[in-house]
Amino acid sequence: MSVKLNTRQVGDVTVVDVAGRITLGEGSSALRDALRDMINKNQKKILLNLGEVNYIDSSGIGELVSGFTTVTNSGGQLKLLNLNKRVKDLLQITKLYTVFDVHDDEAHAVRAFQ
Amino acid sequence: MRDNRQQATETLERSLDSTLDSVDSAEELVVAVAQRAGFDEDDLMKIGMAVRESMVNAVVHGNRYNANKKVRFSVAHHGHRLTIRIADEGEGFDFENLPDPLAPENLMRTSGRGIFLIRSFMDEFEMRRLERGGTEVTLVKYMVSK
Repeated sequence: MSVKLNTRQVGDVTVVDVAGRITLGEGSSALRDALRDMINKNQKKILLNLGEVNYIDSSGIGELVSGFTTVTNSGGQLKLLNLNKRVKDLLQITKLYTVFDVHDDEAHAVRAFQ
Repeated sequence: MRDNRQQATETLERSLDSTLDSVDSAEELVVAVAQRAGFDEDDLMKIGMAVRESMVNAVVHGNRYNANKKVRFSVAHHGHRLTIRIADEGEGFDFENLPDPLAPENLMRTSGRGIFLIRSFMDEFEMRRLERGGTEVTLVKYMVSK
């Protein structure tokens, strides 16, 4: 399985439920396209729910960074939700954990958007 | 009682196409060998990721998806040691001057973390230029008795 994305609105926050593998190829490009689409639609508050992501490689991490930069430069906010141990460890090893605003509770994450 | 799995040996060699499917195949192959060897779940994840990153480098950066170029791949388990070798047929690159992905000026780059992750996950990692062209990497993981 590659990646599956489900987008929903919680108030003015766009929550993207990501499931599967964010790896070089189909997975990473699907995430990239989805984020680009949201930015084009002027969706400024994006919460990536990574709770069902079972695998991410360095390309996937690159897409998270790219998405964060693009959304931020567009005046928006991108936050992460429900990191499993694997994803959390990778972000910590690469010193990106503190770059992102990471949450483990959706309601709390939604309230954190300014 | 001695765990006989740790005394076993297994060696596999493949010549792989320069495709993303080969990346998946190599990772699955190595994880299967490592699992049979007795590595735990945490090590299986690290080994799999390191192989994936190495294969991506060979397929994407080394061979540039060229259908006429192959990736030579081998995995060997001897006792407590797992050794993986991956060689591409590319132009080679300056692997001795790679930018540090943890440096503040590189932290927000969208690429450049692969080799760093390989070094983080494996016990030994070497790169060398091949005389006939291309780059070969050697990854080693030791099984720690727990």
